[in-house]
Amino acid sequence: MTAAALSHLTSSVSELRELSVRTRRLILETVHTAGAGHIGGPLSVTDILVNLYFNRLHIDPDAPHAADRDRCILSKGHSSIALYTVLALRGYLRVEELATFDAIDSRLQGHPDMTALPGLDMSTGSLGQGLSPGLGMALGARLGDRDFRTWVILGDGEIQEGQIWEAAFVAGRYRLNNLTAILDYNRLPQFGWPDSSGFTRDIPIGDPGAKFAAFGWNIVETDGHDHEALTNAFDRAEQHTQGPTIVIAHTIKGKGVSFMENDFNWHATPPNSDQLAMAVAELQGSLT
Amino acid sequence: MRGVSPHLATDARSFGVREAWGEHLVALANKYPELVVLDGDLANSTKADIFAAAHPGRFLEMGIAEQNMLGVAAGLATTGYVPWISTFAAFVAKRALDQIRVVIAQPSLNVKMCGAYSGILTSKTGKTHQSVQDIAIFRAMPHVVTIVPADAIELQAAMTAMMEDDRPTYLRVTRDASPVIFDSGYTFEFGKALLLRQGSDVGIVSTGVQTTRALDAAALLEEQGVSASVLHAPTLKPLDTEAICELAAATGAIVTAEDHSIIGGLGSAVAETLSERIPTRMKRVGWQDTYGESGPNDSLLEKYGLTARHVSEAVLDLLAETTGARGNRR
Ligand SMILES: Cc1ncc(C[n+]2csc(CCOP(=O)(O)OP(=O)(O)O)c2C)c(N)n1
Repeated sequence: MTAAALSHLTSSVSELRELSVRTRRLILETVHTAGAGHIGGPLSVTDILVNLYFNRLHIDPDAPHAADRDRCILSKGHSSIALYTVLALRGYLRVEELATFDAIDSRLQGHPDMTALPGLDMSTGSLGQGLSPGLGMALGARLGDRDFRTWVILGDGEIQEGQIWEAAFVAGRYRLNNLTAILDYNRLPQFGWPDSSGFTRDIPIGDPGAKFAAFGWNIVETDGHDHEALTNAFDRAEQHTQGPTIVIAHTIKGKGVSFMENDFNWHATPPNSDQLAMAVAELQGSLT
Repeated sequence: MRGVSPHLATDARSFGVREAWGEHLVALANKYPELVVLDGDLANSTKADIFAAAHPGRFLEMGIAEQNMLGVAAGLATTGYVPWISTFAAFVAKRALDQIRVVIAQPSLNVKMCGAYSGILTSKTGKTHQSVQDIAIFRAMPHVVTIVPADAIELQAAMTAMMEDDRPTYLRVTRDASPVIFDSGYTFEFGKALLLRQGSDVGIVSTGVQTTRALDAAALLEEQGVSASVLHAPTLKPLDTEAICELAAATGAIVTAEDHSIIGGLGSAVAETLSERIPTRMKRVGWQDTYGESGPNDSLLEKYGLTARHVSEAVLDLLAETTGARGNRR
């Protein structure tokens, strides 16, 4: 890995995979310790965040407010612990501080608070709100003739919010090619829509790509857990010059822990000690 | 007791408030390159169109999508711009409320939220467009400075001060021309109320364009031998609680006057202050917990109890009650 002020790291696929496993493990341990926090969504978005922070964003942990840094907004703010963990591994805070997650006076609030922790580019937590500030940042870059890029990570349950579609049409109108949205497309929100059987869950909004495309967005589909594919997808987003891009990252809620995968009951349930041990064993095993 | 403001206009004339807003944005933009305007498809109503013509590159149309507009403003604020919002008070305060709470107020981002067509005088548009809860909403929201100017001069002075201040701010703007109260030497101070008239029997505390009618009420009262002070509070948050307590101590009877609901607005703010520090009998003139309707301005003010006469009658009622109360105690 190489690092320099406001440059991006380049990490090999195997380094990224290792970082993903470390991140997932820390997420599980932290939520277990805190006795609160989300699990399914953070495990789902882990690879996206690791790939951005260790292979893409032009940032400097020592200058978290640098004017020309790339911006990253976790609009699905309930996955905060995934972002805090990646920020810790990237050097914005000490890994030990993760243990303060959700505690009183902690900089690691349940949902990202930009006034609490340097490195957070926007406060989020009320779903549907992150794309608009991202649009504002991208507009700011254009108005000021600055070449930073803004990335906004959305949940597929979150995009049921009307504000997302307000932002989608406005970003399309302004043809903001310095704005990329990433959809964490794990097909499960918190409780979800019962399908006709009443027992399994239906996706919140079908064919999101077609809907964003209708507002003038470039659509890139990718496996959201394969680092080579993610890198490739983010390259394609950056290469598109005609307007904003949405990377539709096909993901699995609870990814990496088989008994948590695709089960909405793990949306925000802290694992107990036994479950934690099983989960960590499975994650470590996946590296060999 | 503080003295009467030295910056009262000497000639009686009316001045367009929304035009003053649009024109002053242009003047401020000439001085501050970071000023941009975001519009929710209402520029020709709010008079942001004056700005759009002068600074087209810094006028950002956002369409009829207020939630997004306020979020975009937050993002722009993080990149060093100072966004001014052009939409109606009814919509900025309610349609985009959660957005304001989470991405503007909580992180204290420097967004200037202007609510045009505030109060009940909204050109016959009726209850959907009348905004009589906006002060209550912003006053209850930590970090948001809330300004309610009395006339075009004070509006422009407040706008000038707002550009030298980096707090999120709600600025209440009215649609129609209204009488000018201040002279051009007036400078705005955040959180400072101004004594506009000195009297000894009762204190009228007013805000916004209702200050005009408070002054008229004081003149009516003088004809009836009642001497009224008028204290104008252009900043609802932070409120000049010292000035209000001084007035209560000096007069012993307080009437509030506002073009806003008496629940949560100036009347509530004054009552909260006085009941904790110097309990004083009060009456609150304003919107009486109801929804409005369309109609000519004069008819609306009359029907919903906001004229100078309503203020003066509230004063007389209060004085009768407090005198009676004193009589009972004897
Ligand atoms: C406006 C709003 N409504 C409801 C919630 C509660 N909530 C938190 S997470 C969530 C589900 C989100 O689903 P999705 O966006 O798909 O995220 P993921 O499945 O990746 O966790 C809900 C309903 C919220 N935070 N904000």
